Amino acid sequence: MVVQAAHNLWVPIVTLLIAFMLSALPMLEWVQWGWPEWVLIVFIYWVIALPHRFGLGWAFILGLLLDLLQGNHLGVNALAMVVVTFFAMLMYRRLRMYRAWQQAFVIFVLVAINQCISYWFQGIGSNASSGLWFLLPAPVSGVLWLWLFVVLRGVRRAFKVA
Amino acid sequence: MFKGDWIARRLVIDPLFKGRSTVKKFIIYGLISISLIVADYQFDQMQRIRGWLSLAVTPVQWLVDVPQRSWTWLDERLQVRDELIAENKQLRAQTLLAERRVQKLAALTVENFRLRDLLNSSEQLDEKVIVSELIGINSDPFTHQVIINNGFNSGAFVGQPVLDATGVMGQITSTSAFTSRVLLITDADHAIPVQVNRNGLRSVAYGLGQYDYLELQDLSDTADIEVGDILVSSGLGLRFPKGYPVAKVIEVKHSAGQDFAKVLAKPTAQLDRSRHLLLIETPQQQNIALQGDN
Repeated sequence: MVVQAAHNLWVPIVTLLIAFMLSALPMLEWVQWGWPEWVLIVFIYWVIALPHRFGLGWAFILGLLLDLLQGNHLGVNALAMVVVTFFAMLMYRRLRMYRAWQQAFVIFVLVAINQCISYWFQGIGSNASSGLWFLLPAPVSGVLWLWLFVVLRGVRRAFKVA
Repeated sequence: MFKGDWIARRLVIDPLFKGRSTVKKFIIYGLISISLIVADYQFDQMQRIRGWLSLAVTPVQWLVDVPQRSWTWLDERLQVRDELIAENKQLRAQTLLAERRVQKLAALTVENFRLRDLLNSSEQLDEKVIVSELIGINSDPFTHQVIINNGFNSGAFVGQPVLDATGVMGQITSTSAFTSRVLLITDADHAIPVQVNRNGLRSVAYGLGQYDYLELQDLSDTADIEVGDILVSSGLGLRFPKGYPVAKVIEVKHSAGQDFAKVLAKPTAQLDRSRHLLLIETPQQQNIALQGDN
C-alpha cells in the first residue's frame, strides 16, 4: 500500500454531517417511523472501509451527538452505536466479501439491534406503546444500503480517502 | 466448535485488534454509556451539562431549517399582488373582530380585578409573553419535542409553559444559550393538570405519543364529562397558568366492570403545524424557576 500524505479524512466527516442533517429533517409522522438511521449506516460504511480510522471512540462521540440532537437520554444512542460498531468491526472482512444483498441483510440485523437498544433504554418509565413499529427503520435502512454503498464507495474512490 | 470461537480466532489473527484492545475499549465505552444513561435518569444536574453540550449540535439544527426558511422567504416575495391585497383585507377583518373582543376583554378584566379585590385574592392575571419561533422538530417519533429559537440568553427557562395561538403546546425541558427544547403535551412522558371548562371537574391529561390524542385516566365512570367538553389548564401543579385551552373531548367510553371511564381528547393547539409560539412567564413561575436554580 502506498503511504499517502493526505488521508482526506474530511470527506467521511462531511458525509457524516450530511447524515446528521438528513436524520434531523422534519417530515410527516408516518415517514418518520420508517426514516432510515442515516448516521448509523453511513458510519458503518466507513468502519467497514477504513477500520483503522473509525472505531469505537468515534461511535461513542457520534452517538452522544445524536442523543443531543434528538433530545434522548444522554448515552442511549451512544451505547447502541458502540455495540453495533463492535459487531461491524468483528466482521468487517466478511462484509467486504459479501454480495450486496447479503450486506443489506447484515445491515438490517445491525440496525434492528440499534433500534432495540435505543427503544428499550429510551422507553424506561414512559407509557409509549406502539407494537413493533420501532423496527421499521431496519428493513428501510437495509434497502437503502444497496444504493448508499455504491454512492459512498464512489465518494471514497473519487477523493482517495485512506 | 463453540460460537465464540471465531471471535477468539479473529482477535488472535487480526492485527487490527492488537491483542484484546478492541474488546477492552468496547467494554469501557459500553460502561460509560450505561452510566451516562443512569446519570441522566437520576440527577437533575445533567440538565445543565446537556444545555452546554447542545451548543455542539445547534449549527446542524439551523442548517436543517434552512430550506424551510428560504421557502417561506421566497414565498413571501413571489406572492402575487392580488393575493396580497386579498390577504390584507382578510387580516384587517380579523383584526377588527379581535379588537372588538379585546374591548370586551378589557372591561371583563377590570371587572375581574374588582371582584378579586373584593375577595382579597392575591392572584395576579398579568403574564409576560415572549414570542418565539420554531426552528426544528424532533425526527424521533418516540419523543414529541420541538426546538425553538429562544435560549436562556433571551429569558427562557426550564419549566416555562409554551402556547400557540389556539392552546397549550407544552413546556421547556432544557435550554441552551440560543435554543430551547419544548416537550409537547402529547409526548408519552408528559402529563398536564386540566379541568373541564363547563363544570370545573379536575383531571390530568396524559400524552400517548400520538399527535392527535390525550388521555384522561383517572375519571370515575360516573364523572360528568361529555364529548365536546373543552379542557382548560387548571393551574394546579404550578407549572401551567390557569385557564388556557388544552384539548377537546372526542371520546368517552364507559365499559361495564371498569371503575374508570376512558376519555380521549384532541389537543386544541396545532402541535404539528404551528411555527410561532408564545412563551408565558408568570411572576409565580419565575419564583419557582429561581428556587429551582438554588
